[in-house]
Amino acid sequence: MSPKNNISTFLKSLPKNIFSGFVVSLIALPLGLGLAMASEAPPIAGIIAAVVGGIMVSILGGSNVTITGPGNGLVGVLLIAISTLGLESAYAAIICSGALLMILGFLRMGKLADFFPNSAIQGMLAAIGLIILGKQFHIMIAQTIKRKDNVDYLIEIPSAIINLFSITNKGLIFAAIAGILSLCIMVFYSKIRNKYFQLIPAPMWIVMLSIAFSYYYELVLKLPHPIAAEYMISGIPSADQIISELPSVDFSKIGSLPFWLSVVSLTLIASIESLLSIKAVDKLDVEKRRSNVNKDLKALGLATIGSGFLGGLNVVTVIARSSVNVNNGASNRSANFFHAFFLVLFIVLFSSQLTRIPLPALMAILVYTGYKLANPNQLGRILRVGKEQLIIFFVTLFVTLFVGLIQGILAGIIATFILHVLVNKSLKLFAKNVLKPNVLMFREHDNNENYFISVKHFCSFLNFYKLKERINAIPENQDVIVDFSMCEFVDDTVMENLSNYQDLFHKKGGHFEIIGLDLHDSETKHPFALKRMLPVPNIIKKSLTRRQNSLEVLAKDFELKYSVDKNKDLEFLEPFEYFTTKEFNFSNNHLLDEKSGAKIFDLEYSEGEFIAKETIRSTMFYLSLNTIIPEFTLDKEGFLEKAYAFAGYTDINIEKHQDFSNRFYLLGKKPREIKQFFSNELIHFFESNPYYHVESNGNSILVFSKERVASLKEIKALLYFGKQLADLIED
Amino acid sequence: MTLNIFKTIGIGVAFSPNLEANINEASRLSLYLSSKLVLIHVGEASEDKKKSFTTYLEPYIEKGLQFEIVFKPGKPVDVILQTIIDANIDLLLLGALKREKFVNFYLGSIARKITRQAKCSILLLTHPAVNRSVCEHIVVNGLDEAQTEQTVNSAIFMAHKFGSKSVTIVEEISKQKLSITVEDDLSLRKSNIEKAKLKRLEEERIDAILNKIPETYKTNLKIKSQPIFGTSGYSIGHYTEVVRADLLVMNAPKKLSFWNRIFPHDIEYILTELPSDVLIVR
Repeated sequence: MSPKNNISTFLKSLPKNIFSGFVVSLIALPLGLGLAMASEAPPIAGIIAAVVGGIMVSILGGSNVTITGPGNGLVGVLLIAISTLGLESAYAAIICSGALLMILGFLRMGKLADFFPNSAIQGMLAAIGLIILGKQFHIMIAQTIKRKDNVDYLIEIPSAIINLFSITNKGLIFAAIAGILSLCIMVFYSKIRNKYFQLIPAPMWIVMLSIAFSYYYELVLKLPHPIAAEYMISGIPSADQIISELPSVDFSKIGSLPFWLSVVSLTLIASIESLLSIKAVDKLDVEKRRSNVNKDLKALGLATIGSGFLGGLNVVTVIARSSVNVNNGASNRSANFFHAFFLVLFIVLFSSQLTRIPLPALMAILVYTGYKLANPNQLGRILRVGKEQLIIFFVTLFVTLFVGLIQGILAGIIATFILHVLVNKSLKLFAKNVLKPNVLMFREHDNNENYFISVKHFCSFLNFYKLKERINAIPENQDVIVDFSMCEFVDDTVMENLSNYQDLFHKKGGHFEIIGLDLHDSETKHPFALKRMLPVPNIIKKSLTRRQNSLEVLAKDFELKYSVDKNKDLEFLEPFEYFTTKEFNFSNNHLLDEKSGAKIFDLEYSEGEFIAKETIRSTMFYLSLNTIIPEFTLDKEGFLEKAYAFAGYTDINIEKHQDFSNRFYLLGKKPREIKQFFSNELIHFFESNPYYHVESNGNSILVFSKERVASLKEIKALLYFGKQLADLIED
Repeated sequence: MTLNIFKTIGIGVAFSPNLEANINEASRLSLYLSSKLVLIHVGEASEDKKKSFTTYLEPYIEKGLQFEIVFKPGKPVDVILQTIIDANIDLLLLGALKREKFVNFYLGSIARKITRQAKCSILLLTHPAVNRSVCEHIVVNGLDEAQTEQTVNSAIFMAHKFGSKSVTIVEEISKQKLSITVEDDLSLRKSNIEKAKLKRLEEERIDAILNKIPETYKTNLKIKSQPIFGTSGYSIGHYTEVVRADLLVMNAPKKLSFWNRIFPHDIEYILTELPSDVLIVR
């Protein structure tokens, strides 16, 4: 691509990036304040981290659509650092950890995250979640307590809830109500599938409602704010105060052990959180680019140093905000920059408004974040991988909770290794082979020139980086075969990572196949690999639900073939524009019309990650056509589309049918062909039928109406609409 | 021009269950290569021993095998190393042991010492058998070393004599040779361009070696070159195992120091996990 071309695509995508940067800043503002307060730092410290991070990493970083700022994982460590060292020394520790992070980047230690077993990382994150949840829960229900151990906060949650009913102070009651209402907003936000409601992220709703509530009391009721003053955010400096009153950084404790323990924990968690997030965001990137993690680490390190000097927290790559960024159409790093820019704007314009937010409301956001990190659903998922994984998970979880973070992750690694040795009944397998170069890659000499990778001895978290290095050297649009037939043991960390690669190659048009594990099946000495490979299918068939029974009847009525089974093979949906930033889970309840090949099914997919994750189930109609038609997306015209149009998406206007153009939002890459394709007949068809989201990918069409499962009546209507449309197109 | 550099072939013989198979292998090979066979026995000479050796040799003597039996008492390693020099042996055959329950082979301590110290070429046999199985596929290294030419020559010569179907010359492209580390899409593209260039250079070098070999040896033989990405000296064994080749032909290591044994690399790895029969050319 020529530089000139680069600039023009950059400018063209700028409005979209500004838009998504804006949406992200709406979440980043409350989260930044909350995370900083949870770490017992001044609330503005979180915003400073987000601003410095957003600016520096967007200029110097190596990833594309990530958002940087204060991280969830760091709350626990920062809390310890600030309480043991004091705030000014904690800034020094933050600066040192930034320097360490930069060194990691220069040493190309981006592969560091590969050395941690999956279950241990999950255990650690869950522990961090519990620490956040435990502490903030009490503030959320207006009962601030101070305890020495993290666990005590958790143990006292039930008694705190009981206490709630005996509060008499009106200020505290209002504070607790604000907290609980905010928690409800966080929990139920994703359940409400309303475009206008979803336009503003849940944390921002909390902020806006709080401020509106405060003004209602002040201006309408002319009463003092009902929430007790100590439960309101305080100490938000104005923009010029931030610049004029830089905190003094105290390096005097640099010789002490606790100082360096904090530095190492900060670096460890910052790098793990960032690396995991970058990996996850790369999977969401529409353009499927590969992030330069080492460059990103360097930029994050430098940003952390800067943030520390300005009185901010560590800067890490954050998954929830990044996924929101991707979902709002960000295409390059400028979105991260604009997220920082809007944060600055908020502080400059509204910093005094922020003191109208009640503390419990902000803490509700964090309680929800903590809950998401320690989500009990995880247990089921881990158990499916293997019982032994649960042991690793809990060892890490408890050691982290009771002892500390570094000890926790170390315990997790050791527990994993011991379990691997026990499962294989051989220490020799690991001791003898750990240093051997066990990975061979070559291109096969046949027509398609596959990359063939053979792995010997064992492949676990200990030596996965060797395999990873080879795979990384292959362009993702190629065909890869990974052969484990000479490998005696493969662990779940490797299997999970490889399955991620499978997705990645798949999305970029390549093919990634794992072979040679069927052997392990019969040998039975590899239960890990086995369970990973063949998650036990549900043997006991669940009885059908009422809807499924009715669907069965409907299928008979309409002469369709009905199957309940879950299907994960959803490749055919990938070319559709709608799914580019979404991930498929499975489809079930298939109704197949064998004559035309049309099918209707319930699809479960998700968008976003972590706290911004939303799982959606929707009923869709799919038909592959015999003719080639232009690619287009047709949807209801509404306020949201106006906003999108503002952000640079172009709505195709069909001149002769102004009514159609006003009511529908038509999108596509080739406007001229689309205009030709939309004949009078077709336009009349759309105008006279109910609204559906209709999408064509060139040779097949996808139709659905709502982002929820359709009722029987709706299915019949959908089927009728889809078939009529197909007939019309094929004529 | 003849490529045969193995004029005299030696094998250590002891009264083990493998004796018959070992003698059969050695004699067969000697006949194939029209070389003289030297049986080395560590111990005092006796008519009985001589007789039992000759009974196994009988069918080959009829076909014109030239042979000699050397009896010499002493430490096995010393005796064999000394005989190599005394009898002017060019190629020594050694049998590998099979680990119980495991599929892989390894060398016993004596064989390993000899392999390290011998001044001649060495053929390590994983499945000595009374009846020879065919040797269809030979893998040979194409390292960028002066010795490679001779090694490739030997491999092609062996293939010709054994009637093998194909020879694969393996060029190992190690990480050290690549100046670009893959970090993102751009460096990936660059690194692949560099790899293609390296591959071309390697192929040119191998072609130059192959061109010097007389056509007669190359007829009916499929010769191809295969670049592999792995650790030099080790991954070729891995490759041999993957493609299930019957013989691996390698350069002798330049020099093995004490450190090489503690942090094994190159040939040391191959000795611990023999992928197939291995011929080390000196």
